[in-house]
Amino acid sequence: MHGRPRKAPKPEEEAASVAKAQKLHALQTQFFSFHHNKIYTKEAVELSAKLLEINPESYTAWNYRKLAVEHYLSQPDCNPDWIKSFLDDELRVVENALRQNFKSYGAWHHRKWVISKGHSSIDNELRLLDKFQKADSRNFHAWNYRRFVAESMKRSEQDELKYTEDMIYKNFSNYSAWHNRSVLLSALFEKKAEGFLSKEKVLPEEYEFIHQAIFTDPDDQSGWFYHLWLLDQTVTTDSPLLASSWPGHGYDVFLVEDRCYNGSAFSPFTALHSDSGSFPIVLYFNQPVGGVSSSTVTVECGFNKNEDLLWKPLSASNSQTARVWVAHLKIPSSDLLSTVEVSVGHSKGIISTRGFEYSHPSMFSFKVHVQPMERDFSQVSVAESISLREENFKIYGSQSEESIINSFNQLSIKNGHESTASNWRSEALAKEIECFRELLSLMDCKIGKLTLARLLMAYDVMSYPFANKLVHSEEVLELCSDLMKLDPTHYQYYKDEHSMVLLQKVTSSKESLLQHCFQYKDSVSSAICGPICLRLNNLSLSRMGAFEKLLWVQMLDLSHNELQSIEGLEAMQLLSCLSLRNNKLRSLTALEPLRKLKLLRVLDISYNQIGDHSIDTTRYLCSSPLSHSVGSESNKDETVTSDVALIDNWEAFYIFKDFNLNQLEIVGNTIADEKFKSVLVKIMPKLKQLDGKLLG
Amino acid sequence: MDDIPPYPPIDPTTFDLIVIGTGLPESIIAAAASTASKSVLHLDPNPFYGSHFSSLPLADLPSFLSSHSTSPSPPRSPSSDDPNEFSLLEFATRPLYSFIDISTFSPNLLDQHSRKFNLDVAGPRVLFCADKSIELLLRTGTNQYMEFKSVDATFVGDNKGNLWSVPDSRAAIFKDKSLGLVEKNKLMRFFKLVHGHLAGEQDVKISEEDLQSPFVDFLNKMGLPPKIKSFILYAIAMADYDQEDTGVCRDLLKTKDGIDQLALYNASIGRFQNASGAFLYPIYGQGELSQAFCRRAAVKGCLYVLRMPVTALLVDKDTGCYKGVRLASGQDIFSQKLILDPTFKVTLPLGSSPPLPLKEKLPFFSLKDDKGKIARGICITKTSLKPDISNFLVVYPPRSLFPEQVTSIRLLQIASNLAVCLPGMFVLYISALCNDDDQGKKLIHAVMNTLLTVPLDSESNAAVQSETAEIGSAVQDETSESSSGGPSDSGEEKPTLLWSALYSQELTLGQVDFICSTPMPDGKLNYNDLIDTTFKIFQEIYPEEEFFPETSLENPEVDGDASPET
Repeated sequence: MHGRPRKAPKPEEEAASVAKAQKLHALQTQFFSFHHNKIYTKEAVELSAKLLEINPESYTAWNYRKLAVEHYLSQPDCNPDWIKSFLDDELRVVENALRQNFKSYGAWHHRKWVISKGHSSIDNELRLLDKFQKADSRNFHAWNYRRFVAESMKRSEQDELKYTEDMIYKNFSNYSAWHNRSVLLSALFEKKAEGFLSKEKVLPEEYEFIHQAIFTDPDDQSGWFYHLWLLDQTVTTDSPLLASSWPGHGYDVFLVEDRCYNGSAFSPFTALHSDSGSFPIVLYFNQPVGGVSSSTVTVECGFNKNEDLLWKPLSASNSQTARVWVAHLKIPSSDLLSTVEVSVGHSKGIISTRGFEYSHPSMFSFKVHVQPMERDFSQVSVAESISLREENFKIYGSQSEESIINSFNQLSIKNGHESTASNWRSEALAKEIECFRELLSLMDCKIGKLTLARLLMAYDVMSYPFANKLVHSEEVLELCSDLMKLDPTHYQYYKDEHSMVLLQKVTSSKESLLQHCFQYKDSVSSAICGPICLRLNNLSLSRMGAFEKLLWVQMLDLSHNELQSIEGLEAMQLLSCLSLRNNKLRSLTALEPLRKLKLLRVLDISYNQIGDHSIDTTRYLCSSPLSHSVGSESNKDETVTSDVALIDNWEAFYIFKDFNLNQLEIVGNTIADEKFKSVLVKIMPKLKQLDGKLLG
Repeated sequence: MDDIPPYPPIDPTTFDLIVIGTGLPESIIAAAASTASKSVLHLDPNPFYGSHFSSLPLADLPSFLSSHSTSPSPPRSPSSDDPNEFSLLEFATRPLYSFIDISTFSPNLLDQHSRKFNLDVAGPRVLFCADKSIELLLRTGTNQYMEFKSVDATFVGDNKGNLWSVPDSRAAIFKDKSLGLVEKNKLMRFFKLVHGHLAGEQDVKISEEDLQSPFVDFLNKMGLPPKIKSFILYAIAMADYDQEDTGVCRDLLKTKDGIDQLALYNASIGRFQNASGAFLYPIYGQGELSQAFCRRAAVKGCLYVLRMPVTALLVDKDTGCYKGVRLASGQDIFSQKLILDPTFKVTLPLGSSPPLPLKEKLPFFSLKDDKGKIARGICITKTSLKPDISNFLVVYPPRSLFPEQVTSIRLLQIASNLAVCLPGMFVLYISALCNDDDQGKKLIHAVMNTLLTVPLDSESNAAVQSETAEIGSAVQDETSESSSGGPSDSGEEKPTLLWSALYSQELTLGQVDFICSTPMPDGKLNYNDLIDTTFKIFQEIYPEEEFFPETSLENPEVDGDASPET
């Protein structure tokens, strides 16, 4: 029960608990001897009941009773009546135990076990639950058991929904009841039960219902959780959508096998330098999906066979679902112009983690130009280094650039039919926005501000393809800044939200993005037209986002921010040069997303906090060179495992071994002493430059 | 007085205290004095307990009211001196009820079952679960003689017959369908403020300046909309007079008092597990309370004689001091102290100087004649005013029924499950403070007209009809533009009136003179003020005695969790 202050035990209570412990000890000793000797006599079973009545937490005793039940049920002479009375006794034992401790996992589990034997009256369970839930309306054990009972007796979701309503009317501060409501509604939506065919009809009523709770007591959080669920139901479309891709529709992709191309012929936005003989196709979905393969995605071009393509999910956890999927195409050897056609989801199989099928087949095509290698330049480039210093950037001024527009525009996969279907969603959001503006006009309420920020963002994102501008981003940024001051405990969370919104804003239009695009040209470079660098430095970002709009970026400057994590960066498959200088990265394992960036050649992680904190819990999730799980990899590993320095720095080994870096800056981190640097050189034999020094 | 059966003489003839009348204040004093080991004789001229606080059978109520309505016959003669050392001062009765109007529309049905009714003379009245009467019942163990049931809800009524539930708790605010979201937010925040203030939280303290200012100003300052203000003032704080019209308001609540009322209301909700609302009502009617305290007194040795009128006061010839009383049986009984119920007054012989201590009046009991009257009405119906719910309170705030209404009108519906009427019937108690009979009549009729259908087959009915028609038209003018909507317009049948009693009651206060007299039932909904007065009277006569000392050992049944059974 809630709200009961803990009191210091009185002397007589302490004496009682000592006496209880002694009694318990005697019982327990006796019980274990019965259990070990598999004695299931009436006397022995009764003893276990006595034990459980005093201590319902004794799992062994519950298991013993299960064994005893099985023992008696397997007797040849037992008849149904006898079984029923025997199991009813069992239920009585559970009931007594629950009286002792209403929150005993063992007791509730035992009850389920007995009921699922199918010999007991299930109606009786509902009556018992009503009694229990009257006494403690929020207890999640009881609610959990209620779901079990309701399912067993095939009680309709509608009836249960009514029950949650009654409970909420008694006291709306009840997480369990609201939660059960969301569970039941989800089930009804899925079943397409009568009256629950369209969310469009049901959700407004639910919003109306939750408003009563939120306005009555905005400090009570149970209602807000339910509101968050409703918001999710409103915003998330059931079937996944393709949000963007690289290359985008209508792209002219110029493939160069050398960085020092002569850029006058093509746009720096769509020219890709690759020294690995392949280039990626990236698909970015609006929610994690599984099942992307050569049978669900068809790539037609003259130089690769579709069946040969291997689609890989890009996610931090090695699950088979991800928002981002990548496949690599071999670069055609000739300098022929070829057209590539990609069609997604024309045959079934792409399924979201919620179990919804990708149902909007879409197609995009782009052209590939191959720039032949120019040997002379490649000789120069070996010694060339990239220096992301201020003087090496100049504002990218080519406003007439046509291809950049293509880079921003998402795939036009939304058609008219869908926009009308989602009308009610934006209407619902608009209504909510109005409602929470009213609440905030009445009082200062942090969770109200947070909700308003979420609503505004969701509204902008939903109307984005049509409005082409995020109208509310300034307001959302203000709300986030406000919240950081109001609620310092959750500062980091609001900071992250702030970063995401800021990135959404920067990437929302061609104009705003161009302000962050710079042309790289250093003094020693021989290139006439250097690559484009996206500079998102000095924005006090704590988190990186808006990846779906940044798939084209090859050079990214994130220096002088407050990044602690670069989660999601694995989506930027074209990245070849990345600066994370002056951030707050605390561990090498934070660099994990970079392992998936096959084109990354230049990395600057100088002046971070790597090594400041001795404890990096994620370190133990990296496979150690000592573990056998990496034994299948090349025998190079075998040699390193014998190296003591590498054993001490196994996470460095794990992170860096797959890198193809030419150049690394790591100075200004606690970890980066000479010894560590020598380890790095060992791990990455291809490294040409470390902290500005050329390597032999 | 001829039909009073002869009584055996009372023995002993000397007591510490004689109490005349078995109304609630007298009964409590008798019980308190007995507990303090005083010898007490408790007399009542009536054949039942409770006097003006009693619950009576249907047929007995009119006769009780009219017996207290006539002006007293002038004292027969300047008290003839007895041959002994006392002078006799004759008792006169005060006219306490006026404008008694009984209407019967279903005579056969009701007459046959008169005894199935227990009609409160001083209704409407309830006990707040956390008020002084409940504390007193629990402390004295008197609760063991009674049973209670919960009054399930409070509504605020309007002139269209709608009953709006009063959002008096967090759950009620959440559930309420008539409040807008903003109103819900404001009301709940106000409750939280009060709660925080009462809990002594530093950051939500209400300033001393605010506490001393009128409650209505404070509510305005909090930005509460009129509807909510009205709920708080009249349906929770139970203010009697229009708080927004200082010209007519005789009980302007200070914020401090308002907050105390809210605290009482709040503490009452949920105090007892089986009482859903804030109020309790005794099974068999409010008269049970007096009777329970009499039983409590009897247990402590108090001697009871009912049907025993008292004719005169015995006063010492020389000092003018009180000595005793002469009973209707002719017997003289002596005591140190005397408590009289408000029915009686002592007529001093003309020209004689008042007995000496008479002038030492105590300021707080001085009779305030400007207190006015209270109009009461009792109606019996066969259908509930609201389906699905049988026991509830309705408040009509000032000006809610007609523009000249300056006091709140309260209505309490009690059903047969509280054993106050025939099964399937409902008793409605209505009351309102008023200046005179006409005003009172108008107030009670306004409620009856709004909620009930009055059949046309009674003579006294005509008066009701014309009266209500007049009010009705006034109401119509006031609200004609907003008369659409509301549950009563949907063609629901109003309950039909079977029987009604209307009367005005004098409001007399307690008095401590050379004799002490107890107050009449006041205009409040509960007994808090009456218990305060009773306590003061007790202190006055026994300043050295404790009022029901805490003695848990003495009464073992009263343990910690004793609660009124509901």
